Amino acid sequence: MDGFEGTGLACIRSDRIVFAGLDFAVSPGGALILSGPNGSGKSSLLRLMAGIASPAAGEIVWNGMPVSKDPERFFAQMHYVGHRDAVKAALTVRENLAFHAALRGGRAGRTETKSNIGTDINGDIDRALDNVGLAPLADLPARMLSAGQTRRLTLARILATPAPLWLLDEPTIALDYRAVDRLRAAIAAHRAGGGMIVASTNVPLGIDDAATIDLAAHAPEVDVVWGDDSDDPDTGNSP
Amino acid sequence: MNGFFALVGRDTRIALRQLSDTMMVIVFFVIAAALFPFGVGPEPNLLARMAPGILWVTALLAAMLSFDRLFQNDYDDGTLELLVIAPQPLWMTALAKIVAHWLTTGLPLLVASPVIGIMLILEPSSYGVLMLAMALGTAIISLVGALGAALSLGSRRSGVLLSLLVLPLVIPVLIFGAGAVDAVIGGFAATQQLLILGGLLMACLVVCPWGCAVALRLAAE
Repeated sequence: MDGFEGTGLACIRSDRIVFAGLDFAVSPGGALILSGPNGSGKSSLLRLMAGIASPAAGEIVWNGMPVSKDPERFFAQMHYVGHRDAVKAALTVRENLAFHAALRGGRAGRTETKSNIGTDINGDIDRALDNVGLAPLADLPARMLSAGQTRRLTLARILATPAPLWLLDEPTIALDYRAVDRLRAAIAAHRAGGGMIVASTNVPLGIDDAATIDLAAHAPEVDVVWGDDSDDPDTGNSP
Repeated sequence: MNGFFALVGRDTRIALRQLSDTMMVIVFFVIAAALFPFGVGPEPNLLARMAPGILWVTALLAAMLSFDRLFQNDYDDGTLELLVIAPQPLWMTALAKIVAHWLTTGLPLLVASPVIGIMLILEPSSYGVLMLAMALGTAIISLVGALGAALSLGSRRSGVLLSLLVLPLVIPVLIFGAGAVDAVIGGFAATQQLLILGGLLMACLVVCPWGCAVALRLAAE
């Protein structure tokens, strides 16, 4: 069966249950929005979906095959955009994007070499930069970019190499309204081509027909007391 | 393989743009070795006798300076998560980081070592073996150091932990590396020591990238 789904997922961080018994399903062309208050596990769920962390219970299935069976095949099919931008200040805008495109295989699995300059992958990179409005800044070091421009460079990653599944964690953070419009258009085009999207966001992305998972509904029974769970300083980064 | 070369290229490029990091290692190597003649006295015979040991110990300590940031930057800015979910085996990603580390740290140390050899009045006939043993030894140090860096990633005081993890493991490199140079100076062939270093390199090539991959996956989680 085509699609991306998970059953009975549970996530435990520092001996605390973030959510349990969570099911989701996205079919080709579909979208799923994760909502819930801060700390309810939106990012944790996206990291489980991306295969960065493994679920404490449950199973994630991609096109009928459990992801844990062949993770690399699944990795080649998806894009993950996390909280952090993964942009290297010392490299230029184009070099940053070219690296990620090459890491994810590129369209024809080629890197930038003298013999294939101007062929597919470079065209894809130019198009992606143009799409997020960074083409005029392509040869500037990424340290010159503003927070919003850095975020746009991060989002250009998902346009530079095609993948059917996009996992976006708060994609609109730091973006201005025009960039958000562009993101909406990209998402609509992606879905029209049969792509799937899972996003955690508080800003409407123009996907009204999307299914929604409210993570607050999957929280454990016991209320978490503020400041009670902080023996591990790392938990604050990605609740 | 595409991602492998992209990563080697990216890390080397970053190292070349931020040259101060690489230079720090080399400057430490030269300065630390240059302190020995002041400490033990400028007695040529004594210096020549100690030269192989001084070279190896200072090269090792200099290399230690570079490991704490091998994975740390990628860990901090979120690149590590993306490396973990790249569609290529994670050991290959780890190996690419190690190759880039050797190119930007091991290779400069290798190039600088004959200069320090001259300064320490190293026996002229031993330079060939010194370079060969250094090439093997620095590669092993990069592999073992990367494993230590991956294991200590995300912990506080990772620098101290790193030294505790890595330095005991590279003692064999020190023994056989300095031993190879000593053997040549003493008029023997250094084949045995070089073969052992080669064997160690092979073993590390098998174990370290794989161990790095496991540790990186845990650190990203």
